[in-house]
Amino acid sequence: MPDLTLSGRPPEAGARAGLSPARPGRRRGSLARHRRSAAALALVLPAAFFYGAFVLRPLIITVQYSLYEWNGVTESTWVGAANYVRLLQDPEMFGPILNALQLIVYFSFVPVTLGLVAAAIIRKFATSRLAVVGRTVLFLPQVIPLVAAGIMWTWIMASDGVVNQFLRLIGLGSITRAWLGDFSTALSGVGVIGAWVSLGLCLVLLLAGMSKIDPALYEAARLDGAGPIREFWSVTLPSLRQELAVCLTVTVIAALASFDIIYISTQGGPGNSTMVPGLEIYYLAFFQREVGQASALAVALMALVLIVVIPLQRVIRGREQ
Amino acid sequence: MKTAAREVWLGRAILVSLMVITLVPFVTLFVTALHPTGTYPAGLEWPDEPQWSNFVTAFQAANMRQLLVSSVLIEVGVVPLALLISTLAGFALGHLRPPGSRWIFLVFLLGLTLPFEAIVVPLYYQMRDIGLLNTRWAIILPLLGLFMPFAVMWMRAHFINMPEELSEAARIDGASTTQLFLRIHLPLSMPALSSLAILMFLWTWNQFLLAVVLVDDPTRRTMAGALGAFQGQWGTDIPLLCAGSLLILTPTLLVFLAFQRHFVSALMQGAVKG
Repeated sequence: MPDLTLSGRPPEAGARAGLSPARPGRRRGSLARHRRSAAALALVLPAAFFYGAFVLRPLIITVQYSLYEWNGVTESTWVGAANYVRLLQDPEMFGPILNALQLIVYFSFVPVTLGLVAAAIIRKFATSRLAVVGRTVLFLPQVIPLVAAGIMWTWIMASDGVVNQFLRLIGLGSITRAWLGDFSTALSGVGVIGAWVSLGLCLVLLLAGMSKIDPALYEAARLDGAGPIREFWSVTLPSLRQELAVCLTVTVIAALASFDIIYISTQGGPGNSTMVPGLEIYYLAFFQREVGQASALAVALMALVLIVVIPLQRVIRGREQ
Repeated sequence: MKTAAREVWLGRAILVSLMVITLVPFVTLFVTALHPTGTYPAGLEWPDEPQWSNFVTAFQAANMRQLLVSSVLIEVGVVPLALLISTLAGFALGHLRPPGSRWIFLVFLLGLTLPFEAIVVPLYYQMRDIGLLNTRWAIILPLLGLFMPFAVMWMRAHFINMPEELSEAARIDGASTTQLFLRIHLPLSMPALSSLAILMFLWTWNQFLLAVVLVDDPTRRTMAGALGAFQGQWGTDIPLLCAGSLLILTPTLLVFLAFQRHFVSALMQGAVKG
């Protein structure tokens, strides 16, 4: 190991094995090593402090809150698992979770599938000017605040918005409606917003993954008489496992933990048809003053994210090793 | 080859239509913002007399000058300090690797997929108890913590990938660890640092949940948080709302376009690592 002292002073003689003349080097060497380790750990301290104080501590407290009934003001009462029991029994609690699971279809599967198909076709000219411009343009939704995306789309899907204008133009005026205000379409409506936000990221990521595939594989497949579809299933798709896992991780978390888009576009309505765990936690804790119940939902949300993400992380890390 | 040509054309068509779908919301927002305030314009329609003054009205109605100052203050509070402490931690965990660094790193990784909603309730009471509720610190301090899993992972990966020979050569020339860090590693870290800085700038600018929960006064929030309040206040005046939204998202677009190359690769690496 090289010298690790952190002071500006030149390294101590004892720090270098073989250079310490007088004493037996072993003890001084280990002392110096200890000091170096301590100094290295000290460098981690500031980051660990903020992480510990503003992430780990609240994380533990969330779990603690979830076992109490508390209105945020007066004394709290221990209720054990009661908040979790209600979580499973009260439709007001698990309804949002079911909605979030449905949103995975829109936030995650739609952009990943569309991105995959589009990238497989676009691959052929991925270095052209159009592809470079397209990459930039498709990325724009990733860059703007989700709140702004929510505002844009609320207006687009309103009664007089572009969607209905277009439908009337092509003679489908009969199905026009306020898409986000209708019980049967509101959840799909917010789903579309999420899909719009993630599509660019998925497409660009998958395109980058495809550019790393050895062209010889494609040549071999063509020589074996594979058509474009066969080629896609046997060459492209298996080579993209890691990128696909990444896309799924990012978009599934975005679906399960969605807040901004829903808060702006529907506030969870109409009824509770677009209520999601993030928004329900907010309402429970700060409006209905049920801090314990909100925390139990927060713990459930965390668990849900981990259940989905851990297997995907396996795929990502498995590839790296 | 005939099939290849057809595939190329199909690819172009798909790419162009995806671009159109991506851009329509932006165009709608822009066109709507040019209609007279208080009207209820019909979909995508160029106004007879574009009201460019709407942007000025929205700028004033939203207190945009104050919002900008507030966002900049929050950015200044978050980004440089987050860069500094995550670089130090990344250097220690990625290059110095003291005993236990693997475990420390795993604890940091734990926070990588954590939804902000999961900790926002205790954060509220924590901030209330230390008297920082409704101040910008209530956004700055948690963001410093919440960015650490990603930032530390990012910087650690960077230092791990630095060729070992570089450090060894510097050691042989008699460099101390401090000198090695300041003279060799830090200058070579600039691309990694600037990518991280851009990402954290955007995440801070766009942060909504913490701003809404921890700060009541919109003029002390992030831009995205302020936009939420603006929607509540002017939600019925569609052209004004659109003009305000455009003003608030424009800086993010400018940052993106200016640092585009940096950005796409940063987000992609970030996503891969995340």
